Amino acid sequence: MLAERERAFRPFRLEGLERLWIAFAAVMLALFLGAGFILWAGKSPLVGYQALWQGSFGSLQNFAELTVSMTPLVFTGLSIAVAYRAGLFNIGAEGQFIVGQIAGAWAGAASVFTGWPMWAHLPVTLLAGFLAGGLWAAVPGLLKAYRGVHEVINTIMMNWIALYFTHWLVMGPLRADPIVPRTKDILPSAMLWRFLLPSRANLGIVVALLVALAVWYLMWKTTVGYGIRAVGYNPSAAEYAGIPVARHLLLAMIISGGLAGLGGAVWVSGVQLKFLDIFTFTGYGFDGIAVALLGNNHPLGVVGGAFLFGIFARGAQLMQSVADIPKEIISVVTAVVIILVAADQIIRGLGRRRSSRRAKEVAAHV
Amino acid sequence: MEPIVRLVGITKRFPGVLANDGIDLEITPGTIHALLGENGAGKTTLMNILYGLYQPDSGEVFIRGQKVRVTDPNVAIRRGIGMVHQHFMLIPPFTVAENIVLGSEPRRGVSLDLKRAVAAVEELSARYGLKVDPLARVESISVGMQQRVEILKALYRGAEVLILDEPTAVLTPQEVRELKVILDSLAAQGKAIIFITHKLKEIMAMAQVVTVIRRGRVVKTLPTSETTPAELASLMVGREVILEVEKGPSRPGEEVLRLENVTANNNRRLPALRGVDLTVRRGEILGIAGVDGNGQSELVEVLTGLRPATGGRVFLKGKEVTRTRTRQRIRAGLGHIPEDRHKRGLILDFSVAENLILATYDRRPFASGINLNQGEVRKHAERLVREFDVRTPSTETAARSLSGGNQQKVIVAREIDRDPDVLIAAQPTRGLDVGAIEFVHERLVAERDRGKAVLLVSFELDEILSLSDRIAVMYEGRVVAVLPAGEASEDILGLLMSGAARSADEARAAVEGGNRVG
Repeated sequence: MLAERERAFRPFRLEGLERLWIAFAAVMLALFLGAGFILWAGKSPLVGYQALWQGSFGSLQNFAELTVSMTPLVFTGLSIAVAYRAGLFNIGAEGQFIVGQIAGAWAGAASVFTGWPMWAHLPVTLLAGFLAGGLWAAVPGLLKAYRGVHEVINTIMMNWIALYFTHWLVMGPLRADPIVPRTKDILPSAMLWRFLLPSRANLGIVVALLVALAVWYLMWKTTVGYGIRAVGYNPSAAEYAGIPVARHLLLAMIISGGLAGLGGAVWVSGVQLKFLDIFTFTGYGFDGIAVALLGNNHPLGVVGGAFLFGIFARGAQLMQSVADIPKEIISVVTAVVIILVAADQIIRGLGRRRSSRRAKEVAAHV
Repeated sequence: MEPIVRLVGITKRFPGVLANDGIDLEITPGTIHALLGENGAGKTTLMNILYGLYQPDSGEVFIRGQKVRVTDPNVAIRRGIGMVHQHFMLIPPFTVAENIVLGSEPRRGVSLDLKRAVAAVEELSARYGLKVDPLARVESISVGMQQRVEILKALYRGAEVLILDEPTAVLTPQEVRELKVILDSLAAQGKAIIFITHKLKEIMAMAQVVTVIRRGRVVKTLPTSETTPAELASLMVGREVILEVEKGPSRPGEEVLRLENVTANNNRRLPALRGVDLTVRRGEILGIAGVDGNGQSELVEVLTGLRPATGGRVFLKGKEVTRTRTRQRIRAGLGHIPEDRHKRGLILDFSVAENLILATYDRRPFASGINLNQGEVRKHAERLVREFDVRTPSTETAARSLSGGNQQKVIVAREIDRDPDVLIAAQPTRGLDVGAIEFVHERLVAERDRGKAVLLVSFELDEILSLSDRIAVMYEGRVVAVLPAGEASEDILGLLMSGAARSADEARAAVEGGNRVG
């Protein structure tokens, strides 16, 4: 199973096309089922899906907003993908994203950086997010690598610690407003350049795409990625070959957390321009799990997955406001997509029963 | 006698491979029928067709003279066909009885009637002389015992034809003998037994009829009483095969590996090594003989740094390495062909090229800084694939899709090409076919002749006797004797391995005494 995925997602291979076809078929099938639900709700699927399309592609402004909503998902998706390649399940991208936000908001506004030029201050701000996220993930990473404590439990707990820790910071030491729980606005030198105003589109999407490229390079073209993937696939064989397993687990966790934290800082630098305490999880870390799954834990796939989820997120709002279709319909569609991709045999089986049986025989044979 | 199973013209095609090409086969009740062929010859495919796991492209299956379409294993089971797979299909935390009745449990209301299950298992085990403890958990019994459970499972479902896929691959010599007794008694009670293997000696000892398959076709079916291992080997491979390893006398040089009173625990934290002393010299093959589970695996792991020693010292080329990590030992000149190639030796989802740099990926020429030099990795892989004759579509193919023999060649190529001073080969030919065994043996001897020290661990006495220059016998975590290969025989080693003799002298005396009496 895993083998299939690995082979499928080395880019530019025939199997990659099959994965793409599966994702595409899953989306189409999910939309078809969603149409059924919309009809059931007594509305017109045509109007609804028109709104879905309009939300992202109706105008240049809408498309600009799509880049905004997909950006954090690229980061959290990459975060989960990297951990997954090391055999780790990082449920903590949410918390890492939050601490990345607060670190970015602090570094972006801190008076020590006043007067710094943008070329210095902006990278420091983003780096602060990366480090905070990495540090946050290092705790479960250390416990996993050297004590064997399962990372799922600890990353979940770290999410809650992140939520309440930032809440305390915003209510206390970093509070900037007597009424609204928020930090100071970041300095202009820490802001990502915005374009296509009045939309919130900013250079964050470019950073996200470059980081995706960098992750791909790191994982497939460097010794670091080789070590991480070796440990993820077969820790016993890695140990046998003298590859330090614990160190690579920790490293993968730090990189994973760092990517989510960077996403948080980019969100602050490009969109929020401060840390705004919303008293709850952002959801980006959890959606990132689905994005990574949809993208088969490959950076290219993650970008695709984030794109799709971005469309859905925007479409949901518009369908509600324009077509008066409950936005929960989109949640249903999203869920169906995830189920279909996770259980890809369902799609393989559709209309291809015979050949799929044959494929299994072949797989068993070789 | 009427054949119980008749296969006529079975053909099965996989993309690029004609796995079965018009195979005819007749199985008679009361006989043990061996299917012999190299890995990939099509034996398992054929049996999977009979068991309903695959559908043939053409050809017919007759069971008791009746034409049957075996669409899935349930059909096969209803028709009295049982299969024991090479990798057992048991549930480790369940008891023996629970495993046997699983799927057709005696029930009381909605719950399992354990009493009746145990009774049924005891009845079966008495009838066929397969002793098992119905209440033991499968995870706590030996592999040989697990195999009996698999056989009982098939019998419980009413199997008249029993297919065994490589049944001896996982067994110790003793367990193989026990299996022979079991199969004989099953055959005596009229069961038909089909026995897939590539071990010639076992066929001669166990089967009455053998069918040799090569490249998907039946080469010949003949009674074992009218053939020889040499003839079977050449029928199977399609050319003359040298069963004996050709090697000249050894020229031992300086000592490169020394163990002093080494102790270690097993995974259950019980003592596995109880004070091992051993030396290996350049230019010799030291064979470690012993029944599985007497500390051999732990010894290899302690030597390679995969398991900590609880006491004693290990020296590699004169330097103590007892507390060093695997990586340091690899760099100091240790090579290791591990006993479990899927667990340790390969990353199955990595490509052949990636597997060939497993221990050296972060060193020149494969790495510069943190960058992998893809060009070097590929060149390296292409060279080794050529030199070691690895049959693979490309160096980018996943190791998973190679045959066992070719997977082992990848490991052997990687370890030998690193040019280690000490090469530890643990069960290097387990599960390989004749051609691949020949290849591995030649390579090990070549390494010896190049002045390397080779430590060979094997449960196959033939392999130990034919390759080693000196033989150390392990029993209960100790080396009970070290003797020159010229002075060793199967009998002497057998006595030492079973603990019946405590020293080489004692064993020799016992064997000579036995000869006098006999």
